[in-house]
Amino acid sequence: MGEESTRAEADPLGGRGGRRAIQQMAIVGLIASALGIALGLAINWFPVQGSKQADKIDTLWNVLIICSVPVFVLVTTVVLFAARDFRMRPGEEHLDGPPIHGNTKLEVIWTAIPAIMLVSLCTYAYLVLHDIEKAPAAGSERNIAVHGQQFTWTFDYNEGGKKFSSAQLYVPVGESVHFNVTTKDVLHDFWVPAWRMKIDAVPGLTTHYRVTPTKLTPTDGYPVVCAELCGLGHAFMRQTAHVLSKPKFDAWVAKMTKPAATAPAATAPAAGGAAPAVDAKKLFSEGNQQTGATACGACHKLADAGTAGGVGPDLDTVLKGKDEAFIRQSILQPDAEVAQGFSKGIMPATYAKLLSKPEVDALVKYLEEVAAK
Amino acid sequence: MTVRVRQPGWTRAAAFMLCGAAFSVGISWLVRMLYGHGTYSHYLEAESFVLISMFVLPFAFLIGLGAFDYWFYWAAGKPTRPEDHSGHGATSWKSYFYPNTDHKVIGIQYTVHSFFFLFVGGLMAMLMRAELAQPGRQFVDSNTFNGLFSVHASILIFLFIIPVFAGLANYVLPLMIGAPDMAFPRLNALSFWLLPIAGVMMLASFFAPGGSFASGWTAYAPLSTSAPLGQMFFTIAVQFAGASSIATALNFLVTIITMRAPGMSFFRMPLLAWANFSTSLLVVIATPFIAASQFFVLLDYALGFNFFNAAKGGDVLMYQHVFWFYSHPAVYIMMLPGFGIVSEVLSVKSRKPIFGYRMMAFSLLAIVVLGFTVWAHHMFVSGMQSWIRVPMMITTAIIAVPTGIKIFSWLATLWRGVIRLDTPMLFALGFLTMFTCGGISGVVLSMIPIDIHVSDTYFIVAHIHYVLFGGSLFTIFAGVYYWFPKMTGRMYDERLGKLHFWLTFVFFNLTFAPMHLIGVKGMPRRVADYADQFATWNLVISLASFALGISTLIFAYNMIASWRGGARAPANPWRALTLEWQVSSPPPVFNFDQVPTVVGGPYEYGVPGAVHGIFAPPAAAEAKPTPAGTHAQPPTE
Repeated sequence: MGEESTRAEADPLGGRGGRRAIQQMAIVGLIASALGIALGLAINWFPVQGSKQADKIDTLWNVLIICSVPVFVLVTTVVLFAARDFRMRPGEEHLDGPPIHGNTKLEVIWTAIPAIMLVSLCTYAYLVLHDIEKAPAAGSERNIAVHGQQFTWTFDYNEGGKKFSSAQLYVPVGESVHFNVTTKDVLHDFWVPAWRMKIDAVPGLTTHYRVTPTKLTPTDGYPVVCAELCGLGHAFMRQTAHVLSKPKFDAWVAKMTKPAATAPAATAPAAGGAAPAVDAKKLFSEGNQQTGATACGACHKLADAGTAGGVGPDLDTVLKGKDEAFIRQSILQPDAEVAQGFSKGIMPATYAKLLSKPEVDALVKYLEEVAAK
Repeated sequence: MTVRVRQPGWTRAAAFMLCGAAFSVGISWLVRMLYGHGTYSHYLEAESFVLISMFVLPFAFLIGLGAFDYWFYWAAGKPTRPEDHSGHGATSWKSYFYPNTDHKVIGIQYTVHSFFFLFVGGLMAMLMRAELAQPGRQFVDSNTFNGLFSVHASILIFLFIIPVFAGLANYVLPLMIGAPDMAFPRLNALSFWLLPIAGVMMLASFFAPGGSFASGWTAYAPLSTSAPLGQMFFTIAVQFAGASSIATALNFLVTIITMRAPGMSFFRMPLLAWANFSTSLLVVIATPFIAASQFFVLLDYALGFNFFNAAKGGDVLMYQHVFWFYSHPAVYIMMLPGFGIVSEVLSVKSRKPIFGYRMMAFSLLAIVVLGFTVWAHHMFVSGMQSWIRVPMMITTAIIAVPTGIKIFSWLATLWRGVIRLDTPMLFALGFLTMFTCGGISGVVLSMIPIDIHVSDTYFIVAHIHYVLFGGSLFTIFAGVYYWFPKMTGRMYDERLGKLHFWLTFVFFNLTFAPMHLIGVKGMPRRVADYADQFATWNLVISLASFALGISTLIFAYNMIASWRGGARAPANPWRALTLEWQVSSPPPVFNFDQVPTVVGGPYEYGVPGAVHGIFAPPAAAEAKPTPAGTHAQPPTE
């Protein structure tokens, strides 16, 4: 090291790293933080805010943005200023920096301030958690049982002693709903992004959460998403949640509990008299959003419908030479006879409920035609 | 031929593996016959061949290759030479394909092997991004897609990040602490050769009937216990990767505790040694838990145990607890060695002592202790008992305090230095900013109400990549560039290095930053298809990720070309004080011709006349002791 010297010796003031540079850095940091926070708050991060819980969570998020941005800006600014001011200039190849080994006061400060910040944030988060999970102060709460299975959700209601189940979720606006979540097979996760809440469906357990929807849904509803990897059809385990006004919800319950209406779960609304002709190919490739019947093509390959699903058997090959009865059975009771290489219980046995009679007929007819080709 | 079969080597390994395969088939058939199932009617019944082979063949391979020879000779009472150096040091490139006891050879084996898997894992990411560029199905079906992300994560965690740190430390650490080698050189050789087994097994899973393991690297039961055979390739590969980790960690611990050069107290160790000491503590305590979790899965799958079968009294949440009790500390296993590397690079390249050396060391230990108290933050929405979430939230947030101490101390190290902005330094600075970003999103995730919304979304994907790519991988690049002259005796191409940094930095951010947005917006992770509203961002991410992939080719070219034809490296191109730079590049076979004596701290840059180690007799060594970490000179304005 011999003749090498430190920059402090060679360049005692240097104009770099002094009070002015720190002032300059503080100003730049403050401006950048302000801009960063403004940007962070301006971004429309979340999906639609559809529940009381969502409101509280979104506010917590904004607080976190306000606390986070300055930390990131602080680190980045110091790095950039250091790179600008202390970069090795030509002729400084043999210089060293000043031998500063530490500074107890600084170290105490940057231990204490983050610790205080984090504990405060935890306290706030705890209060939010308490708020979003507490039972409503007054009035009874609606319990809905949510059953997950590969790859669909079923919702069981108990409205005034009348029990029924639905493939789509319907809840009234403004009333707290308590979900009891179970699964028939593997782990799933019941998540409605618009409500922010989610919980795993765990074999052997019943898990819970509650939300109070605050916003009526548009006609196509909110997506109900499975958030825990549950196998091949995980990406297609989607249903819709509908938030209705109280009278509309009561009307829906009445319809569901009317004995005649139980067979095809949720009938097409506004269908009027005769059922419209079913477009079987469309039904195959897109499913029925109204009833929650997921698309056949999501899991099955069928060249004629242009679907390429690889979860279930390739219908172009397994249906060759099969008759109408076999196809109907395969749709309504999928476990009765399973194609080689596939196991039972993968295809939901809910289509008997979800599809109306005309829909099943149309599908069977369509598949029979395709198989005969 | 018989000679080659008798000698340790690849021929004998192949022969032993053939015998092992025959044994596996035989024992499976024998047991089945005794139970009255002597005939096989379906290929699924022959799965037991594969399962047994997956344990037998690796050992046959290792024994054949000679990894156990010395111990067998010793156990059998045959003559052994404790100072047998016949398998020490590389004589040609072929030496790297045999078990070698030289930590420098093993270090290069580890590093090159790990980078091979970085490219394999990266290629899988490219395939996934190609599939995700548009909604709907393009290239792969959902089984392959689930397999791709599972293998991508498993390979990059178990065969890249963890071993590449072990590899760099293997090379550098004994040199740094003035030791002639690691404490257990033969165990060291075995540790490395366990890795290719895990790697080959994970890749081979794609050829299993039913496709590769597809339940994520987390392999949550009961999806994993009911999956096709491919799942077992993960379950068993993890055992080998884990055994390798544990053996190496023990080796590091013993080496650091017992083999430091005279005069090197714990507080005169370079921070890389501290970092690996902390990491090794984590590994030996935590890794047995993932081994256990995967053995549970294996027993459930293969022998019909009911650990995770709720209908038979199994407990599904237990899997997650045991798994995360390893896998959260694993995050620190994948980060602490990087902290060590960055400490070395920042101090040397800023020409200043590490700011707050002792706090840097203590904060590592604090992370080790706290790291074991936060695992259930991965399970806030798992349905576990709800009260445990709050203490886990607090410990998770508090672990940011020691991490913050490190970040701020690094910043203070930069301040008023004479900063050389070359490639290792750029990656170290990139790490500082990107890891801060990942740390902040970690704190955000620790807040339970936020976590409830964003867990299992792309926000998690963004967070983990900011920590493991922007964090770990940036430090790995910094370390590889920094020690490249020492390891190869050649200088790398600085211009290509800088180009590599800037491309990586820009496209890394373009790839992973938007994932925060789409995650909060509601896009779940681990899906091959997604709602149309996310289409634009996904296309941007995919395009950026391809550019990110291409940028690593520059790195590969730079490394290969420089290794072959770069300028000769001097012993100490960075004017560093630590011991590894005081010997030639590459170092002599036994590291030090003279045992060094340590007389001062490792980072005394700017202290006039300071030295860390001398090669003179110890009597003269006490001349100028400069203890590290004392606040001898307060900062002056």
